Amino acid sequence: MTTEAFVISLLNGVSYGLLLFMLSSGLTLIFSMMGVLNFAHASFYMLGAYVGYTVSGFVGFWPALVLAPLAVGLLGAGFERFALRRVHKFGHVPELLITFGLSFVVLELVQLVWGRSAVPYALPPLLDGPLFTLFGTQFPRSRAFIMLVAVFMLVALWLLLTRTRVGLVIQAALTHPEMVEALGHNVPRVLMMVFGGGAALAALAGVIGGNTYVTEPGMANAVGAIVFVVVVVGGMGSLAGAFLASLLIGVLQNFAVALDYSMIDVLAQVGHQVGPGSAGYALLKLKISQVAPILPFLLLVLMLVFRPRGLLGTREG
Amino acid sequence: MNTSTAHSFHFKPYNVGRWVIWGGFALLLIVAPQVFRSGLSLTLLSQMGYMVIICLSYNLLLGQGGMLSFGHAVYTGLGAFFAVHAMNLASSGSLPLPLPLIPLVGGLAGLGVAALLGYPSTKKAGTPFAMITLGVGELVFAMSLMFPEFFGGEGGVSANRVYDTRLFGIGFGPATQVYYLIAFYTFVCTAAMFAFTRTPLGRMLNAVRDNPERVEFVGYDTQRVRYLAFMISGFFAGIGGAFVAINFEIVTAETVSAIRSGGYLLFTFLGGATFFFGPIIGAVLLVMSSVLLSEITPAWQIYLGFVFLFMVMYAPGGVASLIMMNLRVAAFGKLGRLWTSYLALGGAGAVLLAALSLVVEIVYHLQLDSSGDGSVKFFGVMLNVSSVDVWVGIALVVATALGLFEFVRRSFLHEWGEAQTEIEKEIKRREAAL
Amino acid sequence: MASGQPPAVELRGVCKRFGKTEIIRGVNLSVAAGERVAIIGPNGAGKSTLFNLISGRFGPSSGEILLHGRPIQGMKPYEINRAGLSRSFQVSNLFGRLSVFENIRCALLWAMGHRYEFWKFLAGLREVNERTDEVLAMIKLDRKRDHLAMNLTYAEQRALEVGITIAGGSSVILLDEPTAGMSKSETNRFVQLIREVTVGKTLLTVEHDMGVVFGLADRIAVLVYGEVLAFDTPEAVRANARVQEAYLGSVLAESQAAGAQA
Repeated sequence: MTTEAFVISLLNGVSYGLLLFMLSSGLTLIFSMMGVLNFAHASFYMLGAYVGYTVSGFVGFWPALVLAPLAVGLLGAGFERFALRRVHKFGHVPELLITFGLSFVVLELVQLVWGRSAVPYALPPLLDGPLFTLFGTQFPRSRAFIMLVAVFMLVALWLLLTRTRVGLVIQAALTHPEMVEALGHNVPRVLMMVFGGGAALAALAGVIGGNTYVTEPGMANAVGAIVFVVVVVGGMGSLAGAFLASLLIGVLQNFAVALDYSMIDVLAQVGHQVGPGSAGYALLKLKISQVAPILPFLLLVLMLVFRPRGLLGTREG
Repeated sequence: MNTSTAHSFHFKPYNVGRWVIWGGFALLLIVAPQVFRSGLSLTLLSQMGYMVIICLSYNLLLGQGGMLSFGHAVYTGLGAFFAVHAMNLASSGSLPLPLPLIPLVGGLAGLGVAALLGYPSTKKAGTPFAMITLGVGELVFAMSLMFPEFFGGEGGVSANRVYDTRLFGIGFGPATQVYYLIAFYTFVCTAAMFAFTRTPLGRMLNAVRDNPERVEFVGYDTQRVRYLAFMISGFFAGIGGAFVAINFEIVTAETVSAIRSGGYLLFTFLGGATFFFGPIIGAVLLVMSSVLLSEITPAWQIYLGFVFLFMVMYAPGGVASLIMMNLRVAAFGKLGRLWTSYLALGGAGAVLLAALSLVVEIVYHLQLDSSGDGSVKFFGVMLNVSSVDVWVGIALVVATALGLFEFVRRSFLHEWGEAQTEIEKEIKRREAAL
Repeated sequence: MASGQPPAVELRGVCKRFGKTEIIRGVNLSVAAGERVAIIGPNGAGKSTLFNLISGRFGPSSGEILLHGRPIQGMKPYEINRAGLSRSFQVSNLFGRLSVFENIRCALLWAMGHRYEFWKFLAGLREVNERTDEVLAMIKLDRKRDHLAMNLTYAEQRALEVGITIAGGSSVILLDEPTAGMSKSETNRFVQLIREVTVGKTLLTVEHDMGVVFGLADRIAVLVYGEVLAFDTPEAVRANARVQEAYLGSVLAESQAAGAQA
C-alpha cells in the first residue's frame, strides 16, 4: 500500500470514526442516564440530514447547521415527554420496542415526505473540494470539517458535563436519580433534555454527514447497526470505550475498503496457486474490500466470544 | 387500558376443553380453504399457516424467554435457503427427499445456525442481547451479498417444488395441496411449541424471563437455558422459512434482511407476546396487512407504525391481552356497562383515523404527483391542496379529532377503571366466601 | 455436632474490595453442620456482602470459602447451589409472573434430578409435584397455590421467598433478613416457620431483630466494618464488652425494654 493511500485511508478512517463517535456518544449518554437503548438514534441522524437538506434549500447550509439539530432536538424531547416516559414503567424491553417503533415511523415518514431515493444534498461551496492533495490523492474538505465539528462537539460536551451546574446534575442523575430528585432538581426534565440533546447531537452529525456521504432512506439502518456495534464493542456505558471503538471501526473499514487483495493473492505470493476448482475457492477469492462491510459485525461476534464486556466496559453481564 | 393488577388469564381447561380447542383448531385448518375458496384466500391462508409457525417460534424467545431479538430473519431465511437448495438437489436427483420432508431440512438448518450463532448471542441478556442479534443479522445479510454461490446474488435462488410425483400422485403443484402440507406442519409445530411450554425447560425459560438471577440460585445455568431455547426457536423458525421457499419457489437475500426481522417482531408484539395464542393473531395480522392493507393504501406501513407505537404505550400485551381483558370483563358481567363507552371510543377513533389518513394520503399524492394540478381525491371528494384554506381546514379537522379522541379516551378509561374495581371487589368477595 | 466432619461453611481470611473501598476485611468463620448462626451488625457492616460472597453472587478479592470442606470461592451461583447451599434475599426475589406453585416447582426441579428436559411434561413429574405440595403446606401457602407471585401480600411473598430457598433441600440455608418489614406477630409466626423448615440443616441468617436472634441462634457472629468482632453463644456475645461498646448496648436495652412491656 502506498504511503499516500495509507495516509488518506487513515484520515478518512479517523473522520468516519469521529462521526461514529458523535453518534455513539449520544447513545451512550442516553443509555447510561436512562437505561434505555435508543433504537431511533440513527433515525435522528437521518432526520438531521433530511431537515438539513430542506433548510439548506431555504436559507443555506450554515444556518441549517444550527436550525436542523434544534428542530430534531425538540422532536426528541417531545418524544421523550409524551411517549418514552409513559413506557418507562413497563421495563426495558418495552422501552426498546417503542424506540424501535419510532425508528420505523420516522423511516416511513421520511420516505413519505422526501421520497424513496437519495436526495441531492449538496455540500456548500466552502466545503466542496479537497483540503489538500497528497501525491495526487485528495482529502476532502468536508471530511476535515466533520473532524472539526466532532472535536468541537466533544470538547463542548465535556465542558458542559464537568463545568456547568446542569452538567453536574446530569452526572449525579446518572447514578442516583432519586437522590437528585429529592434534592429538588427536576430529574424528569433533565432526562428530557438529555434525550433531546442526544437527538440534537445525532442530527448535527446528520447535517454534516448527509452531504459528505449520501442522504437516502437506508442511511439510518446502515449507520445504526454500526453504532450499536461500536457501543457493544466499546463496552456498554463507557464513553471512552465508545471513542476507542469508533476510531477502531472507522479506521478498520476505511483501510479494508482500500485493500484489493484476497487470500488467493496472498497464497500466490508464497507460490500456492488457487483456482476455481479448488476447495474453499468461494471464500478465498473474496477481496478484503468486498469483506469490508461485515468487518464491524465480525468484530462484534469475536468480541462477544472472547471479551464479552467490551474494550472498556464496566458493567458485568 | 391498563389493569391495576395483572391477572394472567390462565385458561385451565379440563381435558375435554383441551381436546375441544385443539380439535377445533385442526378443524379450522382443514375446513378453511373449503369455505374461502378464492385464489386470494388460499394464498392468504397458506401464508398465514407458516407465518404462525414463524411468529410462534419468535415468541418462544420474546414472550416466553424475555429475549428481544432483532435478527430472527437469519434463522427463517437460512432455513429458506437450505430448503431451496435441497429442493434443487432433490429435483436433479442427487438427494432423494420428497417435498413433505423439505421443511425438516429447513428446521435442521435453522437449528444448526442457531447452535452456531446462538452461543455468542446468548452470552448476554436484555438490551445487549437485542443489539447482538441486530449485529449478527446485519452480518448474515452482508454475507449474503458476498457468497452468490449460496445466496444467489441479485436474483436469488429458485427451485421447483413439483419434482416428486411418487407420493400418491401428489405433486404439490396446485395451491390447495401446498396449503394442506402447510396446515399439517402448522398444526404439528403449534402443538409442539405449546407442549414445550409445559416442560421443565419451558418453565425454567419462563423463570429466566421473570428473574434470571434467581434462576442461578436454584441451580440452573441461565445462559444454558437461553441457549437451548434459542436453538429450539431456530429449529421452528427454519421450518417456517422452508415454507417460504416452498410457497414462492424463490428465495432472495431479502429473506434474511433486518426488515423481515422487524416485521416478525412488530406483528408478534401486536398479536400479543404474553399469551400463547397471541403470535397466531399476529401472524394473521401480518399476512392481512402485507397482502390486503397494502392494496388499500400505499402508506399502510405508516399506519402500522403508529398502531405499533400506540400498542406499546397503551396495550403492551397486544391484541391477545385486549381480548383476554375483555373476556374477563364479560365473565364478570360488566360488558354491558362498557359497550356505550366502547362505541364512543370506536367512533372517535374512526374520526381520528380518517383525519390522520387524510393528511397522510394528501402528502403521499403530493409527493408522487409531480404533475401538480394541486387537487387530490379523498374518499370521492376533490380537494384543492394548493390553497391555504384547505390546509387550515385540514389542520382544524385533525386538531378537533385529536381533542375529541383524547376526551373520549379519558372517559373510557374512567369507566374501565370502575369496572375493574368492581371486578376486584367481586373476586375478593368470592375468595372470602371460600 | 459430629467432630471429624468438616464444617458446613468455613471462611478463611476472606476480603472483598469494591474499587478502593474494603467492605470485608479478613473474615474468619467456621460454622458446624446443623448449627444455627445469626449474623448481626450495624448497617453497612457488610452482612449482605458476606452472603453474596458465600452464595457466589460475586467472588472474594482474597481468601477462601469452603462448603463442606470444598472450596467454592469464585464458583458460579448455580454451581454453589448444586453443591448444597441455598439463599434467600432481603428484597423478595421471586418469579413474578409465575404462580406460587410454579415458583416452588422451579426451585426444586434441579435438586430432584431434572435438567434441561423438553421431552417430558411437568404435569407428569409426580414426585416433583408432590414435593411442591409438601413445601407449599410447610410455608402455609397451599391455599394460594395458583395466585401469581407478584399479587401476594408482603408477608406471603417473604414466606414464598423462604419456600423457594428451602424447596430444593439444600443442607446449608442462608436467610437474608427474612423478617424484614414484618409486624411483631408476623415475625413470631415466621420464626416458628423458619425453625420448622430448617430442622437438621445448617442455617445462617442475617437479622436485625434481636428477639429473633437470641431466640433462634446457637451462635451469633457480630460483624462490624467488615470484621468479626465476636462469634460465640448468645450469652457470651451479650456479655462481650467490645460488642456492647461497638454495637449491642443500645439495641439490647431497647429490645429488653420492649420485651418487658410485652
